[in-house]
Amino acid sequence: MALNSLWYCMRQTCTSLVRNFWLGTASAAMIAVSLIILGGFLLVAVNANQSMRIIESTVEINMFLEDEADIRDLRQRLHALDGVEEVRFVSKEQGLRELKETFGERRDLLAGFEGENNPLPDSFRVRAEQADLVPGLARQISFFPGVYKVSYGQEYVEILVRVTQWVNLIAFGAVILLGAGAVFLIVTTIRLSLLARQDEIGIMRYLGASNWYVRGPFVLEGMVVGLAGACLAVGVLGAAYYYLVTVLGRSPLVLFFVQPVTDPRVILSILGGLLGLGLLMGGLGSLISVRKFLRV
Amino acid sequence: MIELYNVSKVYESGVKAVTDINLRIAKGEFVFLVGPSGAGKSTLTKLIFREQLPTTGQIFFRGRNILRFKGREVLQLRRQIGIVFQDFRLLPRKTVFENVAFALEVIGRPRKEIRRRVPVALAQVGLSGKEDAFPDQLSGGEQQRVGIARAIVKRPLVILADEPTGNLDPGTSREIMDLFEQINRDGATVIIATHAWDIVNRMRKRVVALENGRLVYDEEQGSYSHGA
Repeated sequence: MALNSLWYCMRQTCTSLVRNFWLGTASAAMIAVSLIILGGFLLVAVNANQSMRIIESTVEINMFLEDEADIRDLRQRLHALDGVEEVRFVSKEQGLRELKETFGERRDLLAGFEGENNPLPDSFRVRAEQADLVPGLARQISFFPGVYKVSYGQEYVEILVRVTQWVNLIAFGAVILLGAGAVFLIVTTIRLSLLARQDEIGIMRYLGASNWYVRGPFVLEGMVVGLAGACLAVGVLGAAYYYLVTVLGRSPLVLFFVQPVTDPRVILSILGGLLGLGLLMGGLGSLISVRKFLRV
Repeated sequence: MIELYNVSKVYESGVKAVTDINLRIAKGEFVFLVGPSGAGKSTLTKLIFREQLPTTGQIFFRGRNILRFKGREVLQLRRQIGIVFQDFRLLPRKTVFENVAFALEVIGRPRKEIRRRVPVALAQVGLSGKEDAFPDQLSGGEQQRVGIARAIVKRPLVILADEPTGNLDPGTSREIMDLFEQINRDGATVIIATHAWDIVNRMRKRVVALENGRLVYDEEQGSYSHGA
């Protein structure tokens, strides 16, 4: 497209944007809302993912033993494993003491479980050299003879996985609905622009203007609206996330559960993706509109 | 230049607009397309411009079958044909200069060329000095001159006019027709659909008459007596 055609295209786009200011604003807001929801859930998802990884890997492996297990043999096997840093044997008596400590003042509840009545098994606490070795080690250990059960905080992980799956499903549905609504609004906005310039478009056709010369300004208009909505979404999300990480993140309670994702590469690629998506939605809406209402 | 073979057009409503038209128009000809309203004149001009496709028959432009044209070729065809409308179809918010320049802008001509060619076209139609006027500040005849300038500024091979004097008084109509004659002398093939029989009879050009969608009369230096 020649330079002056591009210039024409941009002038027409500006005119239309001014003329349809309110509908354009509504479309942009709709796009912003759907992108905020999408982006919000993406941020939750990356944080949940990171939390799962942290829980999975920082918690020690608890290796519960059967009564007849050969403790010495197991200790040797554990030390022979690659990536094991520390192995600590916890007898059933010690296990009960530790449990009592966590009960604090209510330790009397455990009074009847001493000696012969101790229901706890002996166990090994295994600490890995590197956090990401934990799941692999846990699997290997579970096949050792005399091992009753191996756990490493996978219960929490499983709950988290289940919760995030549901959250993602709901978010996905909401994003699809809102996104379709936003695209539909764009279609309407562009249609109004088309109607306002019907005469001009008719004359352009007679004068031999190419399809893209006619369509260009409208597609550009849709993309500008989409991008505006996306910018709004990125601004809101960015500010909210920054607030959550810096202000709420300082509260020990929050930090205990979640180590927020602050890697700029992750955050920026999410926000950048939202911008791209806004552009895409705007472009798609206007393309639908020009294809539907503009038979060139 | 333009050849139509057994061309018929039936609209979706079932209306037969034109039926079995055979017509050849040579380069440099001046042709009046006459007939009462509803005879099929407009449909014929639309078929030549490939705004509509015939139901049956073939249409050739410079030896090429325009029914087989796709995308870009259709645009090329339209860029070689200048169209003039009965209702002028000027853009009210653009000046005379901008309206004429628009024809070159939409086909992507460079700015320099536009600045050079628009004044030439305006001079040809006798509107030098009116560049900055808006259409509603002009008389009907002047507006049609702008429309003609817009049609000729891209130097088309063919000028196609559909009732160009339909909204003008007889005196102005004659001036507009004289302008078309001048354009024809400069080399363009001119096809004018009209039912202004007095002008047709005065100018002694080739006359093609349609009635109920059929070609009923085709005569060099013809006349038109089938009623206005």
